[in-house]
Amino acid sequence: MKKKSILTLSFIVILAVLLNIVAFYGFNIASFSYGGMFDEEKGIRKGIDIAGGSVISFQANTDAPTDDQMKSVESIFQARMTSAGYTEARISQGEGGKITVEIPSVTNTDEAAELLGNVAKLTFNDADGNVVLDGATDIKDAAYEYGPVEQNGPSIPYVRVEFNTESQQKFADATKAAAARSGENKNYISIQMDQNELSSPRVSEEINSTSCVISGSFTTEEAETLANQIKSGQLPFDLSVISKETVGAELGPEALKMSLIAAAIGILLIMLFMIIMYRIPGLIADISLLIYVGLIGLAMGIFHVNLSLSGIAGIVLSIGMAVDADCIIFERVKEELRIGKTIKASVASGFDKAFSAILDSNITTIITCVVLYISGIGAVTGFATTLGIGVILSMFTAIVITKFLLKQLVGIGIENRSLFYNAKAKKGGAEE
Amino acid sequence: MKDLTKNRWKFMIIPALVVLIGIAMYVLHGGFNFDVEFMGGVRMQVNMHSEFDNKEIADLIQEKTVDTVSATVQKGSSNEIAVIKTPPVEENVKNEIFNALKEKYSLTDEDLISQSSASASFGMETQRKALLYTLLAIICILVYIAIRFEWRSAVMAVVGLVINVLIMAAVYAVSNIPLNTTFIAAMLTVIGYSINNTIVIFDRIRENQKTRKKNETISEMVNRSVFETMGRTINSTITTLITILLIYILGVSTIKDFALPLIVGILAGAYTSIFIASTFWAAWRESDMKAKAAAAQERKASKKK
Repeated sequence: MKKKSILTLSFIVILAVLLNIVAFYGFNIASFSYGGMFDEEKGIRKGIDIAGGSVISFQANTDAPTDDQMKSVESIFQARMTSAGYTEARISQGEGGKITVEIPSVTNTDEAAELLGNVAKLTFNDADGNVVLDGATDIKDAAYEYGPVEQNGPSIPYVRVEFNTESQQKFADATKAAAARSGENKNYISIQMDQNELSSPRVSEEINSTSCVISGSFTTEEAETLANQIKSGQLPFDLSVISKETVGAELGPEALKMSLIAAAIGILLIMLFMIIMYRIPGLIADISLLIYVGLIGLAMGIFHVNLSLSGIAGIVLSIGMAVDADCIIFERVKEELRIGKTIKASVASGFDKAFSAILDSNITTIITCVVLYISGIGAVTGFATTLGIGVILSMFTAIVITKFLLKQLVGIGIENRSLFYNAKAKKGGAEE
Repeated sequence: MKDLTKNRWKFMIIPALVVLIGIAMYVLHGGFNFDVEFMGGVRMQVNMHSEFDNKEIADLIQEKTVDTVSATVQKGSSNEIAVIKTPPVEENVKNEIFNALKEKYSLTDEDLISQSSASASFGMETQRKALLYTLLAIICILVYIAIRFEWRSAVMAVVGLVINVLIMAAVYAVSNIPLNTTFIAAMLTVIGYSINNTIVIFDRIRENQKTRKKNETISEMVNRSVFETMGRTINSTITTLITILLIYILGVSTIKDFALPLIVGILAGAYTSIFIASTFWAAWRESDMKAKAAAAQERKASKKK
């Protein structure tokens, strides 16, 4: 029994250390590998305030946008950002037609806001301004191409748009009508994007084709953006920018480093404090805390938690609170020892009596976290996520792991009660 | 062991004083220092590379902007970093301001460390949301405690909470720390944390109530419960404070602004849990029981007649 307990205890300690190494540095064994919490691609995602970048919030200029409309806005934003190379960008929806975009590392906020906020309403108009074709309904696809648009002309960037089958006829009709007006010098079709004319090709005869070419004086990038905007579709309504935030990249790394140092020192101080206050059980709490830190690192990495500065604050706070359950349990065990129970009995009844307090106090904290999370207020959700994960994990380490470890400790058969509490400080307990 | 319940009104003196100071400073500062997230406007952090005069920059901004914007200028995390805030303005004002600074102090684009802007309506929305979700959190907690304990406990826990929230607000008024979204996070953390302490004590009261002997009064039982849980209350407050103090000492300015109110809030949370929530609960419970006993006595007496 004694040997087995010592063995189990040592095994757990080794496991705790390994867990931390895996959580923070990752591993690479055979075909399995994990990059650790700080893996650039698969680890935590650094929030804007750490990585630097832009946050832009838009408000739909319409009374009651439907969920479908907001979803289409989201996918249009996604498409536009992907095409602009902002692959790291994140989009989140707020209530009442609000949509927020976070773009790490990009500090040119105004340009990004313009790219996203454009309605991208593509229309083909006749000379009198009547819309003959609508980009939203009549166009199947758009692509960027490079080459001559006229016979023997120079190679230039242009956009080829493909019509839907039923729109092909519309285009044929429109070109026929336009060609007939060559006498008034109105034989052209004006292609407009958000009411800005892109090009107005002359039409000399009916064109019955599945596609047409938009060419203007585009640069390669402009033609690419245009093709993407047409393809990603037009926004169902106007969006106006209601808040913008730019964070320079030099602020973050320093903040992250200092916060990690604060966390590391904090953990060491708490470990020391627990040993001083609770002696051998304090040591057990420290092993639990080590496992807790490893678990939280692992959870952050696996769930790609978006770590902002307030999120770090949440983690550090949860570390402080993690040992709270241990304090409740150990105080209970001490009380039981004082009334003269054996160590084994004290540990067992200490846990039983502490359980309701641990449960109720943690559930209220979880309630707060849930409310914070659903509030959707930027900096607050990050904090709520990390604190919530922390509270749930700390309940697990206190109730399962600390209990298991204390049982092993009892199994070793320590008879010296002063290793558990200061037996001389209060009368009535010690009976050695 | 001192009788806590008897002295319960004395324990109210410290929180009352803090709140009064808070109110005085609130009036003195002309309200809270709302950040752009709550009020709308532009906030810029600019690295000036040398010490600067706040008023000089404010005057420059007023002079160089078309709408003569009156901005407030403060020192940031170091004496060389200027934090400029304006009321809600047009989009281009931001560039006007930075260009003026760039020209006068020969700065580069990199010196604009951070900037954020929000419309006035966005600010109102955030304020409304913050208030709404704080209330929602409190109501949820209230309901939970009422179910798990009893309704008097829930009411007293919330009274303790409200005192904490007021103390936190006083900290913001006194220190003039900007109220932004992290304020809500700080507020709710303290709400969750102080409830945590209160519940551990109430849990012990709930347990001791079952085994209470006839000759022990409610106040005595509550007193005993508070002292029995004192070790845990103090120790877990210390461990939490250790981490937050370290964040405060080592963290960057935005985190410092978050950590300071938290430190005060956590201390206040422990204080109200120990000295206010449980003692007032005891007094209330006792007077209820006396009233019941008196009513029973009366019924008995009238029956005899």
